Amino acid sequence: MPEIRHVKPKNGDLLLLVGTMKGAFVLRANKHRKKWDVGGPYFPGNAVYAMSYDDRAGRHRLWAGPQSMHWGALLRSSDDFGKSWTNPEAANVKFPENSGTSLVRIWQIASGREPDTMFCGVEPAALFVSSDAGKTWRLNEGLWNHPQRPKWQPGGGGLCLHTILLDPEKSKRLRVAISTGGMYVSDDGGASWRPSNRGVRAQFLPDKYPEFGQCVHKVVQSRQRPERMFLQNHWGLYRSDDGGESWKDVANGVPSDFGFAMAIHPSDPDSAWIVPLESDEFRCTPEGKLRVYRTRDGGKRWQPMTKGLPQKKAYETVLRDAMSVDSLDPAGVYFGTRSGKLFGSRDEGKSWSSLLDGLPPILSVKAVRVSR
Amino acid sequence: MSYVFMIPGPLRELAGNRGEVRVDGDARSISQALTLLWARYPAVRDRVITERGEVRTHVNIFVDGESIRDLGGLAAPVRDGAEIFILPAVSGG
Repeated sequence: MPEIRHVKPKNGDLLLLVGTMKGAFVLRANKHRKKWDVGGPYFPGNAVYAMSYDDRAGRHRLWAGPQSMHWGALLRSSDDFGKSWTNPEAANVKFPENSGTSLVRIWQIASGREPDTMFCGVEPAALFVSSDAGKTWRLNEGLWNHPQRPKWQPGGGGLCLHTILLDPEKSKRLRVAISTGGMYVSDDGGASWRPSNRGVRAQFLPDKYPEFGQCVHKVVQSRQRPERMFLQNHWGLYRSDDGGESWKDVANGVPSDFGFAMAIHPSDPDSAWIVPLESDEFRCTPEGKLRVYRTRDGGKRWQPMTKGLPQKKAYETVLRDAMSVDSLDPAGVYFGTRSGKLFGSRDEGKSWSSLLDGLPPILSVKAVRVSR
Repeated sequence: MSYVFMIPGPLRELAGNRGEVRVDGDARSISQALTLLWARYPAVRDRVITERGEVRTHVNIFVDGESIRDLGGLAAPVRDGAEIFILPAVSGG
């Protein structure tokens, strides 16, 4: 087994939680973001599609959803920034025996509004909820029993629920995104759900604008203006100004409207970042250039941000959860590639530097600030 | 009657750090023998069996040298003193 290192975060430090096909890494830097210490690999050999940090109610808890090819997937947590991890006796996220299905992997971990509420999104597409800070989990029956669920189809990554958005203003409103099912919204805390995909294209279906069934790859939402959202689709780049009730195509000036990763500015609802990928089959950066595109005007224009990124023979792929933005000013932007390269920008994408190279394929990147 | 389970390395910390576990009881099938193991070390169960009660895709169980996939699955008969290996399949990348 590899030697495992640990980071020692202080209050105000930044962490990058990096999940890969072969384990998880935790990077630490102070607010200047110039030097990063590296902890890990944790769960060596396990695919880690989701990580999160829970700093509510006095906790400073890391969460990860490692998936062993052999022994299955479960949620594990650490209260000492990775030195030790829980290893629950029974799998903590599991489908009821009468559901006729079993957990494949955990795609998303999110903190809820109440201090002990948590959510996780899984494959096959379902939402699990915890009301005791992650000790126990239960299947959200409202979504699981949705009459449209049998018609959802797996995409290349499987049939996964990969996005969970809590509305900053409306306490009972939840949104999730499913590939391939589309975006769904609940106005009653998860008891019932309705699709929310008007204007989003489904290129791969006879009906190009169905009520549901779109292959939504990622959705982000502004904290300041919750009705402002951006959506990276399987072909299609969209903005909503009404909380996802309708979507407008904003693929203006991008080399491709296909991609996975997407991030929104922590304080500017008009700013977002994406990494366009070529076509459906190739799924690599167009023209061998690794370009992050940024909009500062709600998608009217997208501009390439390339300084410090390879612009020759760079056939890279950035997956749906492998991009994140920190909460500092100017915002830091981070992303990882399937070839194991981790890049960061301290100036909102104007310039980039390599933070790590040679990691296993990167599945998820999440920037969080430590509060102790 | 008793049955001897061989525990793979990644699961040993969930089985008292033991590579070999002997359980006593009356089992007519591999499923019943496994239930005896789960009673002793419950954490091993969910790593080997899915919510649907099936052996995980990339886990193999051998009884006296034969894969249970060739013996009728979890319903395969088991004899007193049987040696039962739980092993990760050759898979990965």
